Amino acid sequence: MEAAIIDYGMGNLWSVQRAFEKCGFDAEIIDSPNLIEKTERIVLPGVGAFPDAVKSLKEAGWIEALNNAVIVQKKPLLGICLGMQLLASYGNEGGVCKGLDYIKGKVVDLKATKKDERIPHVGWNEVIIKNNNGLFKDIKTCTNYYFVHGYHFVPDDDADIVSVTPYCGEFVSAIAHDNIMGVQFHPEKSQKAGFALIKNFMGM
Amino acid sequence: MLKVRVIPTLLYKSVGLVKGIGFDSWRRVDTVLPAIKVYNMREVDELILLDIDATINNQLPDYDSIRDFSKECFVPFCVGGGINNISQIKELLRNGADKVAINSAMYKDLGFISESASRFGSQCIVGSVDCKYIDDDYYCFSHSGTINTNIRLSEWVIKLEKAGVGEILITSIDRDGTMIGYDIDMIKEVSSRVSIPVIASGGAGNYEDMYRAVVDGGASAIAAASIFHFTEQTPKEAKEYLYNKGIATRIV
Repeated sequence: MEAAIIDYGMGNLWSVQRAFEKCGFDAEIIDSPNLIEKTERIVLPGVGAFPDAVKSLKEAGWIEALNNAVIVQKKPLLGICLGMQLLASYGNEGGVCKGLDYIKGKVVDLKATKKDERIPHVGWNEVIIKNNNGLFKDIKTCTNYYFVHGYHFVPDDDADIVSVTPYCGEFVSAIAHDNIMGVQFHPEKSQKAGFALIKNFMGM
Repeated sequence: MLKVRVIPTLLYKSVGLVKGIGFDSWRRVDTVLPAIKVYNMREVDELILLDIDATINNQLPDYDSIRDFSKECFVPFCVGGGINNISQIKELLRNGADKVAINSAMYKDLGFISESASRFGSQCIVGSVDCKYIDDDYYCFSHSGTINTNIRLSEWVIKLEKAGVGEILITSIDRDGTMIGYDIDMIKEVSSRVSIPVIASGGAGNYEDMYRAVVDGGASAIAAASIFHFTEQTPKEAKEYLYNKGIATRIV
């Protein structure tokens, strides 16, 4: 299996799988932590709330399996939207809640800096590449991606920032630390720009 | 900069894709799948698909169809019609929906909205509101516009935001299918009272109507159906028109 999409009960799994298949990859939705052994790469999707997601990951036994695959075996991991946020040390959605702590930082709510900034941040917005780790290989800076979120990742270390997006001031729209990556936008719903990013991830 | 979205709305009944006037006089316009394929190919910003029979006929959302439709849909896909519990939302998300639009069920129990928002995140829950102007104010209707809830729009949208919806899709029943322009006052009534994004719907006849909905109405996105079904106008041209008038849109 080239990529495993983690099914922990939350997320637009089918959309994610279809996008990977459309790009020509064998991506399977897996609902058992044992199956993580069989994959080369891991995709952590997510549509939902931070505390519920952490609880679901824990209850189904994903955390140990993920730690082993990602930290020990160094398999490439891509977190999408809430999946990116879960990589943080902790989240602030509905009270403080510990995350996977793969990339040091916290998740906080978006706060409008201008009158016309409505929250959640929904729609197409630019991704300004700060540090191209390969995820945006051959993708131009300021390409539009589709976002739909009310929270964002604030990494402790600026070196982990891959891209930023101008909204509510500016927020981090992609992060990476070694084999661990996350995007706040939805590549699976961003058409050509999304497919290009998926292909780059699958080349890692 | 965040772009203003232009969103084709697809309404479907058992017979296929339909479009009516004033939530009535339904006319079959296409089958759903080819329409979705075309919009996907044209890389529209987002799609809204509403099953207008589900609630009235007390049916479950049609998961199999949604799964088929979403097979060819790589654009953000918002699905509505007949949703009244958490497990339905979960199933829809598993079958290709990215967001869900909820309407009639909200009038029964706003707790359902709070619960959905805390489970799936506000960004996943679109509060769909159908409205009519009666005497001196806007009133909300449920069940595809057939039941007057006697709730004023101005009060309802504040409650919806508080309950946790992430966006409001506001549709004018009076203007629906007429192509005489959006009800700008109605859109403003919503956008001035909430700080979440507002999707304007009902009445678009040309690109200038869309411009007005954004500039005068304060809409973050514009939804339209008849204009795309029955005229030569396209979402792409709409975005070019808006862009040329100084509105940020995504030109592909």
